[in-house]
Amino acid sequence: MDKEFIKQYIPLYSEAALLTVKIGFLGIAAAIIIGLVCETIVYFKIPVLRRIVSVYIEISRSTPLLIQLFFIYYGLPKIGIRTDAQMCGIAGLAFLGGSYMAEAFRSGVEAIDVIQEESAYSLGLSKLQTVRYVLLPQAISISAPALIANVIFLLKETSVFSAISLMDLMFTAKDLIGLYYNTTESLFLLVVFYLLILLPVSVIGSLIERRLRHAGYGV
Amino acid sequence: MSQVILEISHLHKVFDTVTVIEDLSLTVHEGEVVVIIGPSGCGKSTLLRCINALETIQGGEIKLHGNTVSKNSKDLHEIRQKIGMVFQNYELFPHMTVLDNVMLAPVKAQGRKKSEVREEALALLKRVGLESKADSYPRQLSGGQKQRTAIVRALCMHPEILLFDEVTAALDPQMVREVLEVILDLANAGKTMLVVTHEMQFARAVADRIVFFDDGQIIEQAAPDEFFDHPKTDKAKQFLNTFTFERDRSTTNRA
Amino acid sequence: MPDMGFDVLLKGKNFLRLLGGLGVALKISLMSVLISIILGTVLGILWHHNNLFIKAVMRSYLEVIRIMPQLVLLFIVYFGTTRSFGWNLSGETASVIVFSLWGTAEMSDLVRGALISISAHQYESAFALGLGKAQVYLYVILPQAIRRLIPLSINLVTRMIKTTSLVLMIGVVEIIKVAQQIIEANRMSSKNAAFGVYLTVFVMYFLACWPISLLARKLEKRWR
Repeated sequence: MDKEFIKQYIPLYSEAALLTVKIGFLGIAAAIIIGLVCETIVYFKIPVLRRIVSVYIEISRSTPLLIQLFFIYYGLPKIGIRTDAQMCGIAGLAFLGGSYMAEAFRSGVEAIDVIQEESAYSLGLSKLQTVRYVLLPQAISISAPALIANVIFLLKETSVFSAISLMDLMFTAKDLIGLYYNTTESLFLLVVFYLLILLPVSVIGSLIERRLRHAGYGV
Repeated sequence: MSQVILEISHLHKVFDTVTVIEDLSLTVHEGEVVVIIGPSGCGKSTLLRCINALETIQGGEIKLHGNTVSKNSKDLHEIRQKIGMVFQNYELFPHMTVLDNVMLAPVKAQGRKKSEVREEALALLKRVGLESKADSYPRQLSGGQKQRTAIVRALCMHPEILLFDEVTAALDPQMVREVLEVILDLANAGKTMLVVTHEMQFARAVADRIVFFDDGQIIEQAAPDEFFDHPKTDKAKQFLNTFTFERDRSTTNRA
Repeated sequence: MPDMGFDVLLKGKNFLRLLGGLGVALKISLMSVLISIILGTVLGILWHHNNLFIKAVMRSYLEVIRIMPQLVLLFIVYFGTTRSFGWNLSGETASVIVFSLWGTAEMSDLVRGALISISAHQYESAFALGLGKAQVYLYVILPQAIRRLIPLSINLVTRMIKTTSLVLMIGVVEIIKVAQQIIEANRMSSKNAAFGVYLTVFVMYFLACWPISLLARKLEKRWR
């Protein structure tokens, strides 16, 4: 392996990795918000909106991120909706991730026995207080493993961003392979940088999971 | 006679097409301990759930201190705060410590001062022998300890009436006693209670009045000694018979 | 009505070409799924046995495959093998290899999960009835495990189909690539083709995946 080559391109990869992290972070944050909103709508059985949410979830889960991005980036401008590549990446990730997050929250809420809710009511708590103090904290800790898995899944999905010419890690690697044929070094840097992003998330994720599992679970 | 706390008149409860409670009327006075007994699935638990408006009712009226209890009542939260309910499976909130479980409703629903509630909660926990468990999580407790916590949680709301729904049914036999003793203690302290139980000896000891319930109706009610020693109806006699066992030695096969 | 660019699809064989592209994507996913299910089942059963060495190997295999984006794996196999071993894998072959590696890992985890989820009491009560080890598996454990497994493996199929969209990035001519070609070829005559054509591809992916996930959900509910 060509050490000089590796040294030379570390800054370029770092920049690309920062872009991946930035878009990933914003997209995932948006996805979590969308997921929470969707689950709230489903939980309170809000008419009409509830239908829209279930259609959205089906569409989002049954199509690949790549075509979602192509449609947002190349298709939508034709009818006057224009976004730059970064915005488009965030939007795509949020559109895809929102449904996964919603499902994770839903499984958490569904795992709570109805009688927990009833026992909160029987103590005289209002519906809002019941959600806030009794249901939500439990739902979040039950959903945690799924939420963490989704975060990792979505971070990995960011690898397709190069398709809409975002200069992320994949873009950089492909570019260098095409330009200099330093395939081994380029791929090596690619793997190392993805590990630098994904390993800490994965480790922190399992720590959080373990913590939640020990914090007062099992009735 | 003392003041009426709970007044149920002509209550009707139907699940789909099955009538679970039919034209039931019952009055509970202040300081009275009423124990409801009857075969499983006869609607005893449903009755308690109706009193707390966890079920919608199809007819009749439930009044607590003259205020109607129903799922549509505007002040349902406030009415529920006056009714303490203890469930068969404890239903403690698993993500909160014992103390937080007890303090949640008084602080959040009743808006009482945290420091004052805390003091009272600790005193109540001490009274049921759980002062050392205040900072434990429910999963660290035995069944009996969980149920005592659930009782304290209901008590800390200063309810006007306590409802006990088969609170010992999920417990190991050696833990039943510690929970029943707490309830006896409350009875001695003059609390108004409506208790559903399968523990006949306990029912006899704690009750001021026994209500025998079957097929969604009150079949018979009487003072405990009278009911257990001289049941009037056939249904009650039959029911009490299920608790005694005899072996017919004459036909034992000795082959 | 404004020009939405759907007209391009009616020109010549454009729509058929898109379908052909979808066919390529489906072919790659089906081949990979088939390989994954077979290898994954075998490895999953092996993994369930209490051999520490197998456990360690399987765990590392799963973690390594899972931590990397599939696209990175695709790059490694497609570009890396050419460089290191001088193999000239076609894009399609590289895709099937990568997706099978990934699918096998996922499948073996599902199989192991299904076997674990059957409570120890089931094994014990079956043994207590005097059944032999093979009989216990054949009559008691496998029928229960398979019920749990079928909906999950069907889900794996939709995940696989969605994942095949990645092969575009290593130059395989599948549906999105065909779409690009059509849009490019009609850039003058139909300015808005990108909207209509990509929307059509979007819908086609949806139609390929959605019924399958519905089926999986239905089975899951019925067999719960």
